[in-house]
Amino acid sequence: MTMTATTTDSAPPQSPFRRAVQRLVRKKVAMVALAIIVLLYLAGIFAPLVAPHDYNETNLRRVRQGPSAENWLGTDSLGRDILSRVIWGIQTTVIVTGIGLATGSLLLGVTLGLIAGFRGGFVDTLIMRFGEIVASFPDVLLIILLAATLRPRIVETVRGIEDFTGISGLVSSGVVDYFVVGVALLPLSWFGMMRLVRGQVLFLGKMPFVDAARALGVSTRRILFVHLLPNTLGPIIVSASFGLGAVAGSEIFLSFLGLGVQPPRPSLGAMIADVTGRGAGSVSVLRNHPEQLLAPIVVVWLLIFCWNLLGDALNDAFNPRTR
Amino acid sequence: MLIYIARRLLWTPVLLVSASLFVFVLGRFGPGDPVEVALGQHYTPEAASRLREQRGLDDPVAVQYGRYVWNAAHGDFGTSYRYQGKSVSSLLGPKLWVSAQLFLAGMLITVSIGVPIGFYAALRQGSWIDPAVVGAALVLYALPIFIVAPVLIMVFALWLGFVPTSGWGGFFDKRMILPAVTIGVPGIAVFARLMRASTLDVLGQDFIRTARAKGLRERVVNTRHTARNALIPILTILGFSLAGMLGGALITELIYGIPGVGSFSLDAIFQRDYPVITALALIGATSLVVANLVVDILYAAVDPRIRYS
Repeated sequence: MTMTATTTDSAPPQSPFRRAVQRLVRKKVAMVALAIIVLLYLAGIFAPLVAPHDYNETNLRRVRQGPSAENWLGTDSLGRDILSRVIWGIQTTVIVTGIGLATGSLLLGVTLGLIAGFRGGFVDTLIMRFGEIVASFPDVLLIILLAATLRPRIVETVRGIEDFTGISGLVSSGVVDYFVVGVALLPLSWFGMMRLVRGQVLFLGKMPFVDAARALGVSTRRILFVHLLPNTLGPIIVSASFGLGAVAGSEIFLSFLGLGVQPPRPSLGAMIADVTGRGAGSVSVLRNHPEQLLAPIVVVWLLIFCWNLLGDALNDAFNPRTR
Repeated sequence: MLIYIARRLLWTPVLLVSASLFVFVLGRFGPGDPVEVALGQHYTPEAASRLREQRGLDDPVAVQYGRYVWNAAHGDFGTSYRYQGKSVSSLLGPKLWVSAQLFLAGMLITVSIGVPIGFYAALRQGSWIDPAVVGAALVLYALPIFIVAPVLIMVFALWLGFVPTSGWGGFFDKRMILPAVTIGVPGIAVFARLMRASTLDVLGQDFIRTARAKGLRERVVNTRHTARNALIPILTILGFSLAGMLGGALITELIYGIPGVGSFSLDAIFQRDYPVITALALIGATSLVVANLVVDILYAAVDPRIRYS
């Protein structure tokens, strides 16, 4: 990825992907955004190592303290360390966005998009119509509805599994919460990605290289995953970047409403709701301790902001024609 | 054009039936016994079975759903589980009106601020104003409503004391200001960005150069040639931004204590009031479908170059 490769004529031809990455690396804003995202995500992933305190350790003698050497960002209403809670809250967001992206966008969206675009006909119509039905719901209503109705059922099922297999602690470990929120966020992510990939495949499928591959007797699966998928990678990456910001926002939105990951696990949305209250008129904490809001708000905003910045830069780098 | 509209209209009932079926099934298999919720502390097995029979909850799900669709087609969306004896329509009617006012106010703020800012930024491309506007739009766009609302309350209600922190007094009440700004702010960024891009697009076209070449004043070129053409793509996202506002309304109404559909639907979901939830899903889906259809038709009406086939 050195600059010399682009300037000399004798250099071997570069893939469009390589060139897009180079365009991206040259954008300072994008690199700063990427660095912040990597930093936040690393902090979240390694929360047990990074967080200075236990997220659940209360100290009622040190309630709502300002920043100090002991608690860098102060303490909350139960004397818990805000910095540690923010870091563990990021972990929640990282896990849920990871699940949402891997299953919704990538697995469901990309696979269905490839199938719909390549097969066409009845399968295509079926997938598209189903997607339109899901998309006709106001998505926030759908997400809340799924989160609210699925959780008790899934918890019940997992409890049954626990009793049956003798494995304990599945429910209390919070795995179920991540699963519920991940599933609830599915409708948000899969349809957009599916439509995108489908459009790309429809366009690329008419290209001579696909005919050539078929003439050589290449199997359909190989054409889809080896010939078509790499060519749609650019738009997929761009869409995934915007999608991660949106999914992170929705996860925080759900936990703000109390439908996300349940306490004692910290989540950024719940931390905000602790200060603002979840209904009208409960502004006493906001009036007396607005500084409690600062840390979670800044992190949430930074996370969504950086994903959007990166998405914009990726779009410029991978789809140069749309500029 | 007529065929296009007809086809879209024919598809709508299919969409609505599927949407209602989905919520209906979720309600039947979801947790929480509606009869238990309705009876509350008066719960006895006899009373429960009596109520169940009264409401037809003993019948197979398919029969129940058929009955629901039949009634809904005749304008009867059933009675609320939580508010005894109140029909869903009588409960939702006033709340819809409240939310509609909030949406209108939010949309006014979004469009009246976002569009001019985007237009102005595009005209000033090359100066510091353009990147400043783009940057500000990005910053605003990353602010979720549950951050905007508390910050606005903190500054304008608690510190400055301009307005009360919550409450509802109709469209011309000063308590409307903060919620309307809250719900309108994310849209400002979207509209400003789109208007900027669309204006830049128009500015690069030949007829603008022609207009300048024939000696028209800059103001005339800007208003009559540029702005009118740049506004056309803006129409298309009006439908989408309505969908975005539906989501925003939930939290906005909750935080500001506004008795609209948003806060009511949250209540309904938490209380498992399925008739209300189903009706809300239907209303949401219908308004999205209708909004997008109206936008499409407007699009063709405003710009004669667009033809649907």
